[in-house]
Amino acid sequence: MTGKATRDAYGEAILELGRDNKDIYVVDADIGKSCKTVPFSQELPNQHVNVGIAEQNACGVAAGLATCGKIPFVTTYAVFGSMRMSEQIRQEVCYPKLNVKIACSHGGFTPANDGASHQGVEDMGVLRSIPGMTVLMPADFYSAKKLVKAAAAYNGAVYLRFTRDPVPFIYDENAEFEIGKAVKLKEGKDVAIIANGDIMSVALKAAEELEAKGHSVRLLDMHTIKPLDEEAVNTCIEEIGKIITVEDHNILNGLGSAVCEMVAEKGKGIVKRIGIRDQFGESAPYEYLLEKNGITVDNIVKSAERMFQ
Amino acid sequence: MNKNDKAVMLREKARELRKTALTMIHTAGSGHPGGSLSAADFMAALYFDELNIRPEDPKWPDRDRFVLSKGHVCPILYSSLALREYFPYETIYTLRKQGSILQGHPDMKVCPGVDISTGSLGQGLSTAVGMALAGKRDGRSYRVFCLVGDGECQEGQIWEAVQSAVKYELDNLVIIVDNNNLQNDNTCDVVMPTGDLRLKFEAFGCEAYGIDGHDMDQIVEVLDTIRESDKKLPKVIVGKTVKGKGVSFMENVVQWHGMAPDKEQFATAIKDVEEVTV
Repeated sequence: MTGKATRDAYGEAILELGRDNKDIYVVDADIGKSCKTVPFSQELPNQHVNVGIAEQNACGVAAGLATCGKIPFVTTYAVFGSMRMSEQIRQEVCYPKLNVKIACSHGGFTPANDGASHQGVEDMGVLRSIPGMTVLMPADFYSAKKLVKAAAAYNGAVYLRFTRDPVPFIYDENAEFEIGKAVKLKEGKDVAIIANGDIMSVALKAAEELEAKGHSVRLLDMHTIKPLDEEAVNTCIEEIGKIITVEDHNILNGLGSAVCEMVAEKGKGIVKRIGIRDQFGESAPYEYLLEKNGITVDNIVKSAERMFQ
Repeated sequence: MNKNDKAVMLREKARELRKTALTMIHTAGSGHPGGSLSAADFMAALYFDELNIRPEDPKWPDRDRFVLSKGHVCPILYSSLALREYFPYETIYTLRKQGSILQGHPDMKVCPGVDISTGSLGQGLSTAVGMALAGKRDGRSYRVFCLVGDGECQEGQIWEAVQSAVKYELDNLVIIVDNNNLQNDNTCDVVMPTGDLRLKFEAFGCEAYGIDGHDMDQIVEVLDTIRESDKKLPKVIVGKTVKGKGVSFMENVVQWHGMAPDKEQFATAIKDVEEVTV
């Protein structure tokens, strides 16, 4: 497999951004090494703050910096960034509409051997519930770099979810991304697969397998789960009516839920959600955890075939 | 203005602030009078003497910042802003009403002079740290004043924030503790004793002072001392105060943490505040 981790993309993108714009800040909470902000802290110490193991304070400090015109990226793991400081994000970032980014690594099952305490499987749902929050999860290294830059250019609260391990390249460095606009990786008419994040490569393989069996598949990279690209989802409902969502996140409140909400409001179409079956992970290989929850090529293909019957 | 005249002027301002806050809460029919009154003397000293602010230009980049971490006592902040003419005085009658700039807890988006939205306890001090840090890094000379409650110091995040203020040598940060020893449910001593807060802040590495938070001479003096200090440490003033200060039936009574005076109580309260010798 040729690929790189999206957390590495964050580390590179934030350094490039910081060099160009002295208002870009990184607020770390002692896991800069894991979140790839060490080069930033070394080269741009005046734009770096490390508050130690104190995520709630990190968020508040970032909010204070933002009132003074800074563009802070609070950097930690998805679990802590979404839950340990969720009320701070709500009160001090989203409610006053401040320009703070929450950039988190180790989303989903990817910190596999660390076990359940470090696997951020509810983060997108938590963040999606806060008014005004934008929620992004890039699918590969190149899209991650571009989306970090898009987040920096966007005036408002953004949650970015990265993951630990290398993932295959889906795009190349020339690909363009817009917050809130899904990328159509395949145009098709029998079934729509809507996926995001590291799991995109699994969804892509499933789409190819279905195509090899003679089915026409539409594949969307829904890198922004909020605001959801309603136009892209509506088109899937209108033109296809059969949708499979795939995500490395709890089946509740993430991408699948967001799509289901639209389908329910539309009153037509069917959705099969593939994701974490409302359970915690454990220390185990990433592939095992995906397998246990049916987040596999095989399950996506079978789910599609069931829809065709 | 000599020192004595200044203290007399500030006491008179504190009286105006108390009357305005009580009027506001009475009109709204809800709000937090106890902690508003205990903080009134500090607020008078800040808004009528110490803070370098321009009410006509609320977002002036070099202004001193004020963070009301104990956001529920916003009536005393709104009173200060009204009397400093950030908005028309009559606005005070809209507290907590639909569409008002005076939300039940401060909202920076709608109220001029509010530097950060607060209301969830323990969080404001972290934002003050961010503001002070930005000021240092940008080479600006403004200072950041943050009012916290003693009960609020039960929140762990307060101490996270203090640690970071000490680490980054934020001598432009002034933390004022309204040490009235009462909180929502009971006295702090009963609910969760906070101990000697001055010693705690000192142990965390701050330059901390303990004063009588209703003695205007002491307030002015400690603010002078802090302004002149060359120690690269965050400054802390722990002011011993009385919850409900100035209103006979509210002083040290837990229930007046979050209750509005009715018509009769309001009349007595205003009379009490007017009768206090300054």
